[in-house]
Amino acid sequence: MDLFEYQAKKLFAEHGVPVPTGKTATTPEEARAIATELGGKVVVKAQVKAGGRGKAGGVKVADGPDDAFAKATAILGMDIKGHTVHSVLVEEASNIAEEYYASFLLDRANRTFLAMASREGGMEIEEVAATNPDALARIAIDPLTGVDAVKAREIAVAAKLPETALDGAAELLTKLWTVFVKSDATLVEVNPLILTADGRVVALDGKVSLDENADFRHPENAAFVDVSAVDPLEQKAKEKGLNYVKLEGEVGIIGNGAGLVMSTLDVVTYAGEEFGGKRPANFLDIGGGASAEVMANGLSIILGDPSVKSVFVNIFGGITSCDAVANGIVQALKIVGDVTTPLVVRLDGNNAEEGRRILKEANLSVVKPVDTMDGAAKLAAELAAAAA
Amino acid sequence: MAIWLDENSRVVVQGITGSEGTKHTKRMLAAGTNVVAGVNPRKVGQQVEGVPVFGSVADAIEQAGANVSVIFVPPKFTKDAAIEAIDAAIPLAVVITEGVPVHDTTEFWAYCQSKGTTRIIGPNCPGIASPGLSNAGIIPADITPGGRIGLVSKSGTLTYQMMYELREFGFSTCVGIGGDPVIGTTHIDALDAFQADPGTDAIVMIGEIGGDAEERAAAHIEAHVTKPVVGYVAGFTAPEGKTMGHAGAIVSGSSGTAQAKKEALEKAGVRVGKTPSETARLMADIMRSL
Repeated sequence: MDLFEYQAKKLFAEHGVPVPTGKTATTPEEARAIATELGGKVVVKAQVKAGGRGKAGGVKVADGPDDAFAKATAILGMDIKGHTVHSVLVEEASNIAEEYYASFLLDRANRTFLAMASREGGMEIEEVAATNPDALARIAIDPLTGVDAVKAREIAVAAKLPETALDGAAELLTKLWTVFVKSDATLVEVNPLILTADGRVVALDGKVSLDENADFRHPENAAFVDVSAVDPLEQKAKEKGLNYVKLEGEVGIIGNGAGLVMSTLDVVTYAGEEFGGKRPANFLDIGGGASAEVMANGLSIILGDPSVKSVFVNIFGGITSCDAVANGIVQALKIVGDVTTPLVVRLDGNNAEEGRRILKEANLSVVKPVDTMDGAAKLAAELAAAAA
Repeated sequence: MAIWLDENSRVVVQGITGSEGTKHTKRMLAAGTNVVAGVNPRKVGQQVEGVPVFGSVADAIEQAGANVSVIFVPPKFTKDAAIEAIDAAIPLAVVITEGVPVHDTTEFWAYCQSKGTTRIIGPNCPGIASPGLSNAGIIPADITPGGRIGLVSKSGTLTYQMMYELREFGFSTCVGIGGDPVIGTTHIDALDAFQADPGTDAIVMIGEIGGDAEERAAAHIEAHVTKPVVGYVAGFTAPEGKTMGHAGAIVSGSSGTAQAKKEALEKAGVRVGKTPSETARLMADIMRSL
């Protein structure tokens, strides 16, 4: 889960990473009130999960409360790379002497953690990496020892930060590491990390990605979820414990196992090319145990999507046996009721013959059994095209 | 012949008293696996499916001669279980658990590296099966007989699908390496082991979106693997920035795409199937030509 800047800064502040004082506003009036409270110049920053906010006009300096009102009026409701701005962060303006870059992240390729830091901050770090790679220090962090004061200083020195910023940067980096570890983050990024005119090192921006697998030890993370951005069907699926991703297409997909479902999306897309570009409507992995209840929950989510014109149930019986899945489908159709959308079902593997027999005997007009994955994908695409 | 797991493997199940642990212990036994021990410090002396429960992996090694651990404990205890296995210097630890925080995995992986005595497979994987010899994990044992194809895959059900489609040839060993962003055994490790295994004639490699493991495997194949390799990559149509079921299966910006992986593999001379069935046909053609 990616956090908004204001959420990232809240985490930073909780662990002692210096950030400018500020608050979020969802209306220009609120922005004015916050600017009044802060006094002096403020910065009004669009809160969207997208880079390049400054270039898009989503970050403006205001010289007082009325100007903050005006700037917030302009920014709220703006579209930045497809994200609508619903709130702004209003914070005290900083007197910037220099801009740097610092981050800690999970390094998948090397199966460890990585620190990245640079004297060149304030621009896209990918740009620095491409145009001036020597300016970007990359230091592997041993997960067993982490980042102490010595390591933090080593990072700051490797980034070629000036002498005046070293102490402040090293202290900030040790605290930022604490954020990374304590929050179970896969990324904490500060860009820019600034040196102020009075010699302090401050996180002027913040980007944080959290590992959802660690949610069990972070009940507080529930508050970070941006309810307005969650697709209602994805939300409903999540409440039912289903692994569902909404896509733009007409063929609903249910399968077992993440890899098989991803593969099913591909096969349906290829098959759909013959039928005017029919595409999968979703990703849904019902996992190992496909009980009637899970199948019914999955079906009701998928049939709740008005763009779905046909459904492809693709099951390879490994641990689950296909007769159980077939019974699940038959019962699920009773539970959901009044299903008119055709259901192409492919059962293979463990007890597939018995599963197919159960479906045949149930004699349900909406259920269309097909023996192979490729054949079933084709029929599902064809039926979606016919219904359109 | 097989890699990493054979008729001499003696399995200890960490988490044997949990529902998943008990269920799969029964299945492993039915598959002919030599399950010699379970671990639960609070249930020492009890038996699960006739298998004695010990207080630690070290005890299971010492008293029952275990040399492979299969870990079924819940995510919040997985790191400790893995560290216990590593401390006991068990040669192979298979971490089945899904949903392990990546900080925990990165930590026990670093610890494992520092000790240098244990191979870890997983987490979030179906395990490893050498059909007819032994089965450590949750891969169904009766899909395919033994044979001379090696298989390494990030995905469980795609593994089963491929085993099923190629059952007339059979498999030496099938390794499910798991779909997490950080895993112990990689495609490259398995490719090397299959290359060295006299019982393996050809290799199927299944990848999916996310990370660059397939690209690195492709470069490795070009330089080090002379046996025929057939590949499959899932997730061509996955949207950017969405996690597709597996924690590691995500396209970030332009990196981790299925297209890039396919191109890298093809450049290394690997035949890549467009669908699982086509991939199986490519391998069948190779097996018939050998």
